[in-house]
Amino acid sequence: MRYGLIAALSASVAFTTISFARAADLEVTHWWTSGGEAAAVKTLAEQFNKAGGDKWVDGAIGGSGSGARPIIVSRILGGNPMGATQLNHGRQAEELVQAGLMTDLTELAEKEGWKDFIRPASLLESCTFEGKLYCVPLNIHSWDWMWTNPDVFKQAGVEAPKNWQEFVAAAPKLKEKGIIPLATGDGWQVSGMFNVLTASLGGKDLYLKVNKDKDSAALNGPEFKKVIQALADARSMADPGYVGRSWNEATNMVMTGKAGGQIMGDWAQGEFTTAGKVAGKDYDCLPGLGDHPVVESGGDAIYFPKNKDPEVTKAQLKLASMLVSKQTQVAFNLAKGSIPIRGDIDMATASSCMKKGIELLKNPDNIIPSGDQLRAPDTQGQIESLMGEFFSGPEMTVDDMQKRFAEIMESAH
Amino acid sequence: MTARRLLFRNLNAKIAALPMIATVLVVFIGCTVWTVVYSFTSSRSLPMLNFVGFDQYTRLFGASRWDVSIKNLAIYGILSLIFSLVVGFILAVFMDQKIRFENAFRTIFLYPFALSHIVTGLVWQWILNPFGIEKVVRDLGFESFSFALLSNRSMAIYAIVIAGLWQGTGLVMALMLAGLRNIDEEIWKAARVDGIPTWKTYVFVIIPMMRPVFITTLVLIATGIVKLYDLVVAMTNGGPGISTEVPAKYVYDFMFGWANLGQGLAASTVMLATVLIILIPWAMLEFGGRKAK
Repeated sequence: MRYGLIAALSASVAFTTISFARAADLEVTHWWTSGGEAAAVKTLAEQFNKAGGDKWVDGAIGGSGSGARPIIVSRILGGNPMGATQLNHGRQAEELVQAGLMTDLTELAEKEGWKDFIRPASLLESCTFEGKLYCVPLNIHSWDWMWTNPDVFKQAGVEAPKNWQEFVAAAPKLKEKGIIPLATGDGWQVSGMFNVLTASLGGKDLYLKVNKDKDSAALNGPEFKKVIQALADARSMADPGYVGRSWNEATNMVMTGKAGGQIMGDWAQGEFTTAGKVAGKDYDCLPGLGDHPVVESGGDAIYFPKNKDPEVTKAQLKLASMLVSKQTQVAFNLAKGSIPIRGDIDMATASSCMKKGIELLKNPDNIIPSGDQLRAPDTQGQIESLMGEFFSGPEMTVDDMQKRFAEIMESAH
Repeated sequence: MTARRLLFRNLNAKIAALPMIATVLVVFIGCTVWTVVYSFTSSRSLPMLNFVGFDQYTRLFGASRWDVSIKNLAIYGILSLIFSLVVGFILAVFMDQKIRFENAFRTIFLYPFALSHIVTGLVWQWILNPFGIEKVVRDLGFESFSFALLSNRSMAIYAIVIAGLWQGTGLVMALMLAGLRNIDEEIWKAARVDGIPTWKTYVFVIIPMMRPVFITTLVLIATGIVKLYDLVVAMTNGGPGISTEVPAKYVYDFMFGWANLGQGLAASTVMLATVLIILIPWAMLEFGGRKAK
């Protein structure tokens, strides 16, 4: 009894001073809410909980990244940080890191030798600030894909397209049959599509000149004009119902044969997999729209905002280590349809489309930085507004668009 | 009256008002000054005092999205002001005719006001999207019927006006009804004795007598117009393209979504200035004039 009391007392002292071995609840915010994404995030939660002790508290924020990011950022800025959060690596968290609001992961990364197995190296670079590491790359997501439904083209009496030009040529035939050629939503989906068109029709050089060097000659040049013309083609191939449509609804239109194709990142792959569709049979994928097969090295990363509670910090490091582990990488990426961040794992069960992506990633010439890595959110936002204006307004000319796009890029910081 | 007596008159009331005075000074005035000051900086996610002069304002007025936002707010503002006042008043007059089931009708008309703008927006989005009214009429046999306000760039803002009116008119009606009930029965009797037609009594006697009610209503409607945001987010999210953007959404997007605090604050400063330009002359007329009487 007496010893019990002493034990209890010392325990309470310990709690208040060093708070010993106590499990933490780790709230993880993310915007993985579509079918394939939810299945992927479930594998993370299960694995983290199985490891014992700490608990994964799911903080899914519905909608898309553009809706979720403001909530995440303002919570961190407002001093109410979550345990961990998804962001796209790149410049989105730039200032949060500069302000010292993120947990430093350098020590853990060095101990586990992340540099040796994470590829391409640019993934870790985007997480690094002044030589220190602040986020964990979780997967590689590439925008540069087009998903098509071969059956639909067969019905319309044309061959399934192998590149963008064939797709544009087949569009009138699809329309005759009452099929929407191009399924899309609005907002970031349109500006993302434009990036894909830049990289795959204009090539890697043009993409970098426009987005990275902000080269005035390239921005106003004829090559770039062709890209904008392609977006004008896309505009005429979409249906009026694209307003307010989410990307997975658009993917579903391709799946069910209501639409011919969709330009969307490889996260669409997860939707096809979840629906039990087979690549090459039920759907086709064209990396880089068939012309210049490139993959973006962007993707999702997990950031760990600084917390006052040392238990949370401990749990954060535990989660960070788990995220790059082989087991997590396989389970998560198979469900989500993204490319794992390490090349030394067995992805034999991946679909043929994912294998194409993994193959492309082996050659560094095929890798381009993502829009999020190149452009500040402020620029991204202005471009998104401009794309929205162009895509919804057939009276806006290609020249007009090119001029205004160049203005935004030239004034970007 | 000496200054001392002035200070101690209604002392309790003055002490009771202190917290509110402090709130006004710190929250309203303090934050307003902060907003204006930082709108002259190049702050991105975090506020920083690196002044850039009028750069943010130049960019703001050069942005076509801001242009569209202002025009949309004007359309929404003028239409919802006129229609909610007129329709609200007419509904109130009808309700005031000692009709049966008045309580039931009042509840029905006031009910939309109990819904948030987000819910209102979603409901109207469902009604107006192609699976809503359009599909119902087509199923009735009119195959070519087309009614897609929300995907039409020039009509989408009117769809938002309709939803806003549906939500807000009930409250205007309730306020007007309360005003009508306050009118002395004797006035009606006098008008009837003089043989003045009913509509003339309303326009020339009753409405001028209801002036305070109208002002209250006007202030309520006007604040609702300036802060228009959630209805747009729920219904169109600014689309198609940027055709239903509004100023408050511009501020939010730049401050939180696109990490350009300076630009967002510049936009909100312009919003504040516009409101003041309208408000100050009106307030001077309204409150300054009375002293002279």
